[in-house]
Amino acid sequence: MTNEANAKSMSLIVTKGSLDWAYPPFILATTAAAMGLNVTMFFTFYGLPLLKKKLNMGLTTLGNPAMEMPMMGMHMAMPNIVSALPGAGALTTKMMENLMKKKGVASIEELRELAIEADVDLIACQMTLDLFEYDKKDMIEGISLGGAATYIEVATKSDINLFI
Amino acid sequence: MADQTLDAKGLNCPLPILRAKKALKSLDSNQVLQILATDPGAVKDFEAFCRTTGNTLMKTSQDGDVYEFLIKKT
Repeated sequence: MTNEANAKSMSLIVTKGSLDWAYPPFILATTAAAMGLNVTMFFTFYGLPLLKKKLNMGLTTLGNPAMEMPMMGMHMAMPNIVSALPGAGALTTKMMENLMKKKGVASIEELRELAIEADVDLIACQMTLDLFEYDKKDMIEGISLGGAATYIEVATKSDINLFI
Repeated sequence: MADQTLDAKGLNCPLPILRAKKALKSLDSNQVLQILATDPGAVKDFEAFCRTTGNTLMKTSQDGDVYEFLIKKT
């Protein structure tokens, strides 16, 4: 947005692509861009699907004992044995999506759109693309491909570097 | 008083900041943006946003659940 030479900058490595973990990088990237920082996001491993044209994020409480959902004035955690049942993940995902809508939380699609509008640099990890046999055609327009050295170069010039 | 009003009521972090940034872009220097929000976190966030971007936070007030911010564009 403000691509001044003296602007501060931030880089983020995005390694997780579930519905909950997609939020921190996109919230921070869009906010930093709005505050005048030059932002680069490097998508690798399970973070890479967040660049797909059609997002399909899921959520599971499996192995996440700290996750509690507000329900009827209380907070409910799901035991692992229940989380592992067929359909439990889809149900949790639906509940989270409804909760986010109700609380005025932006969708990842919206935040990603805002990140692109704000000229956030989106880099897809070439190795992950090969490893998981993704096609660049399935990814959104305007991204670039790069590797570890590409990221390190950005990181050496950034004021803030985050691994999420 | 304000040259433009942004209704960010019901929106959660970081949308009030992102929408405010967009609205500020369309204003001229020294024009004032009024923002109405219900997110209590917006109070600290608009302070930080203005300190970092150099815009002036002229006023923060609260009326019931609604916060009002006046930001003058630098």
